[in-house]
Amino acid sequence: MTRQEILTELKKVIAPYTTNKEMLAHINEDTDLIRDLKINSANLVDIMIDTEATYKIEIDYDSADKMMNVGTCIDVISEKLK
Amino acid sequence: MHSRVVVTGLGVVSPNGVGVPAFLNALQNGISGIKFIPRYQELNFSCHVAGAPDFKWDCLADYISEVTLHGLKATNIGYGLVAALDAWADSGMGYETDEPRWETGCVFGNSIADTEAMKNVITRVDNKEAKKLGSRVVEQAMNSGVTSYISGRLGLGNRVTTNSAACATGTQAVLMGYEYIKHGYAKRMLVGSAEQVDTYVYGAFDSMRILSRKFNDRPELASRPMSLTAGGFIPGSGAGALVLEDLDFALARNATIYAEVLGGSSNCGGQRLGGSMTAANSAGVTRCIKEAIVNSGISPQRIDLISGHLTATNADRQEIQNWSDALNVKGGDFPLTNSLKSMIGHCLSAAGSIETVASVLQIVHKFVHPNLNLDDPNPVITDIISVDRLPVEMIKKEINIVAKANFGFGDVNSCIILSKYN
Repeated sequence: MTRQEILTELKKVIAPYTTNKEMLAHINEDTDLIRDLKINSANLVDIMIDTEATYKIEIDYDSADKMMNVGTCIDVISEKLK
Repeated sequence: MHSRVVVTGLGVVSPNGVGVPAFLNALQNGISGIKFIPRYQELNFSCHVAGAPDFKWDCLADYISEVTLHGLKATNIGYGLVAALDAWADSGMGYETDEPRWETGCVFGNSIADTEAMKNVITRVDNKEAKKLGSRVVEQAMNSGVTSYISGRLGLGNRVTTNSAACATGTQAVLMGYEYIKHGYAKRMLVGSAEQVDTYVYGAFDSMRILSRKFNDRPELASRPMSLTAGGFIPGSGAGALVLEDLDFALARNATIYAEVLGGSSNCGGQRLGGSMTAANSAGVTRCIKEAIVNSGISPQRIDLISGHLTATNADRQEIQNWSDALNVKGGDFPLTNSLKSMIGHCLSAAGSIETVASVLQIVHKFVHPNLNLDDPNPVITDIISVDRLPVEMIKKEINIVAKANFGFGDVNSCIILSKYN
């Protein structure tokens, strides 16, 4: 999958956890999950779990800690998909 | 000088009506909310009927954000949120606030956290999938889940707690909220209780052989408090909520005042003197009722209506005897008495709050709701009080004072006295 394809999928995974739909529609690799999308920090865990299910990957604790913006999420997902 | 405490908002999710208008209509027309539940037959329960609210889960989208709704699974939280937020809106206030509402607290009770939510935890953990539970499980499995969702939505910043006293929970929540305001700790309290009797709770009661089993083919006839053919109670589910306010605080914002809470009492029979885990010590019950009356500053003769606990077990007779002893009245002098459980079953921890909402509505709209399924009153009850004290049709009548009581497992008792606002 290209980074753009992952971003498109990721947008769907994130959607239930943000009320900021406008920002979601225009996310790019620099978009911060908590600061920009106003996602509750506790919900990051749910996004990890949904990401694992969507891509059939396992995200370990260290990798999860890196997933703070869209770009780093894509980094981790691409790495795990290899 | 203690504050006077008034009721300024009502909300309800009842088996015979979701929302106050539907509930009021059901009360006045004696509409039953007891239905046949095929699942209970499949599970080999003895009792196949229950009081279940006609609750549209999607309606929650009008109350909470879609992010909060996504991942919300606990039915009792859904019931509690709708009742509480309806009561809040009914009180003339908006949901949104940036600052915490420091003057307002919440006491919302339940007897158990949602067991369907707990089942999800147990199944996942046993399957070695704890990692997949996610962030939304703890908040729904904790006992204070309902209270936390309500106080979070409204930004309540005063005392926020969850009470639990089995079937006396709802009435006790109202009393606790009343006391906080009376003693000056809060200006406003959102109080109530929620209960979802799912298959696991239901099955445990079924096993105790205290549920009705002879009217499975006629659900609306199954809940029969004080009837000769009463054969146990019918579990119900739902939530009731009230906004209580300091009188001056309510007047200052021109709130509509529905009724006044004059006082109340909550105690325990100590599981002594005939009381046990499941049976009430009559000395505790009568003491509770008497204290509620004394604390309210009224004489027993002024009570127009008793909203009883009266579940349709063989404890009904003793309850009537206890009321008679506590008020020192019998026969034709006994107050009019009704049991909402004849319409909706026994909503356990939610019973007290739903029945308190019903009591306030009877004060406001000047009526006494009928007792359903009381065409054959039990003679052991009519030996104590006149049969005409147990209306089977709605009575249009000015109601000035209602005594509302509930009694629960653990030998706990709660009684509150409600009055028309003068």
